[in-house]
Amino acid sequence: MTDKFDKAPAEEPPEDSPVAKAEATPASTPPPEQIKAIPVRHWGRWASGVIVVALFGMLIYAFSQGNVQWGTVGDFIFDDRILAGMGRTLLISVLSMAIGLVLGVVFAVMRLSKNPVTGAVAWLYIWFFRGTPVFVQLLLWFNLALIFPILNIGFYKDEMIDVMTPFMVALLGLGLNEGAYMAEIVRAGIQSVDEGQTEASHALGMNNSKTMRRVVLPQAMRVIVPPTGNEFINLLKTSSLVAAVTYVDLTRAAQNIGSTSFAVMEMLLVASVWYLVLTSIFSVGQYYLERRYARGSLRTLPPTPWQKVKRNLSLSSFSSPRGA
Amino acid sequence: MTAMVKAEGVHKSYGAAHILKGIDLEVAPREVFCLVGPSGSGKSTFLRCINHLEQINAGRLSVDGRLVGYREKGDKLYELKDSEVAAHRRDIGMVFQRFNLFPHMTALENVMEAPIQVKGEAKAVARERAERLLDRVGLGDKSRNYPSQLSGGQQQRVAIARALAMEPKLMLFDEPTSALDPELVGDVLDVMRGLAEDGMTMIVVTHEMGFAREVGDALVFMDDGVVVEAGNPRDVLTNPQHDRTKAFLSKVL
Repeated sequence: MTDKFDKAPAEEPPEDSPVAKAEATPASTPPPEQIKAIPVRHWGRWASGVIVVALFGMLIYAFSQGNVQWGTVGDFIFDDRILAGMGRTLLISVLSMAIGLVLGVVFAVMRLSKNPVTGAVAWLYIWFFRGTPVFVQLLLWFNLALIFPILNIGFYKDEMIDVMTPFMVALLGLGLNEGAYMAEIVRAGIQSVDEGQTEASHALGMNNSKTMRRVVLPQAMRVIVPPTGNEFINLLKTSSLVAAVTYVDLTRAAQNIGSTSFAVMEMLLVASVWYLVLTSIFSVGQYYLERRYARGSLRTLPPTPWQKVKRNLSLSSFSSPRGA
Repeated sequence: MTAMVKAEGVHKSYGAAHILKGIDLEVAPREVFCLVGPSGSGKSTFLRCINHLEQINAGRLSVDGRLVGYREKGDKLYELKDSEVAAHRRDIGMVFQRFNLFPHMTALENVMEAPIQVKGEAKAVARERAERLLDRVGLGDKSRNYPSQLSGGQQQRVAIARALAMEPKLMLFDEPTSALDPELVGDVLDVMRGLAEDGMTMIVVTHEMGFAREVGDALVFMDDGVVVEAGNPRDVLTNPQHDRTKAFLSKVL
């Protein structure tokens, strides 16, 4: 990283420099002879490869012999009830994540604020919602009517049992739990930004909120996005717990069909296929999001998978990669 | 002529550590004022007090006739709100030892950011000025590069352009060349020399004695939180009066 590095390609080498001479008379120096050697044989790799393939084959064989009605899996994969359940899984996951993100930013800023009261409240929230299992939290919301039969918040009053629909239980249970995890992720992201950035921004006359929005958070995003992607993919799967509080998500829809049609295992496989599809789609999205926030921190962005495929194709079709 | 910066008995301590022990000095408009001294002498801390990145504990410090960080009413001092402090800082540019460019913005965006966000300037106007400033520091062709794609010397020149974009009355330089490879120092000093010729008021914390002698109008030697010696740079550097100044200069010259 020097000036020389930047200038070098632009400057013509002087006529009498050795570089210029070598380029002017290529015939005088024949290209070096390539080394031809017998490559090392990696017997261990061959052996372990064979063992792994054999074990995998046995697994496939076991499933093919097992009493799985693969046809039933195919019959139900696009069943309306399954698709509706998947829609609800997606809905509850996205909404819970949105709640988690908002709460995460709010509680992270509260924890980092100079006000000791907000800091303590944020700490308490994170301590409780991260310290208890999300399944227990869902059951707590589900049974809230046992201790508060009537919900009364001044302008709004109703029977708790009417307020706490399965959807509300799922949303509050997952969203508040996610908020605690997101708060810690956002806090780590904000703290990862060098203090010099805040100082430079302040020195230019930018106030605290502009400094946070324009300078700190965009840089914190690079640290926040990867674990957030993990959190969301985790949440997609954790959301299957809401089946226990009678919310008809993908898991519960599959269970419902399974218990009436005696195809328990088949329906669980159907659910697994859809969970895999969803997590795969969001993993790809996460990759592109991370790439977006790597701007400026990497000198060259990593290629997208599509770019990689194109490059590999062009390489293998014209010359061997080794020669290039 | 009122002083651009006036310090009277300025004290600063972090807990038990007493960093500044009564600094008195005056910087005239259009003056290039050099602060030199061993590390830990408090020169950077003093510089950071001038734009209120650090708060002083005692004494009076004013920039262009306005008290830094406080408002005086009768015989009482009122702390300024954050927004008022920010407003004061608009007129004071600062260049850091570690550049502190915004890494997620290109060179051009770095220079455009503050005028747009702070002054609410139109994008086209900010862009036009940013391009002109980058040209001036010799980086017109690097405007689309991110800081990570620039050398240290280039980054520091972008940082100077970024500070100039706010059209400050006063520029603070906190060891602007200390983090640079020796071969890159010259470009940055050239830009600073140009600024001095245009009449910018500059306070420069530096170890570049050559620059101080050649460009400086005034020089202060600080040690252990006090001003040991002050005067014309050529006099102080060639004929130091104080033993501590002599000892320091014999090491760095």
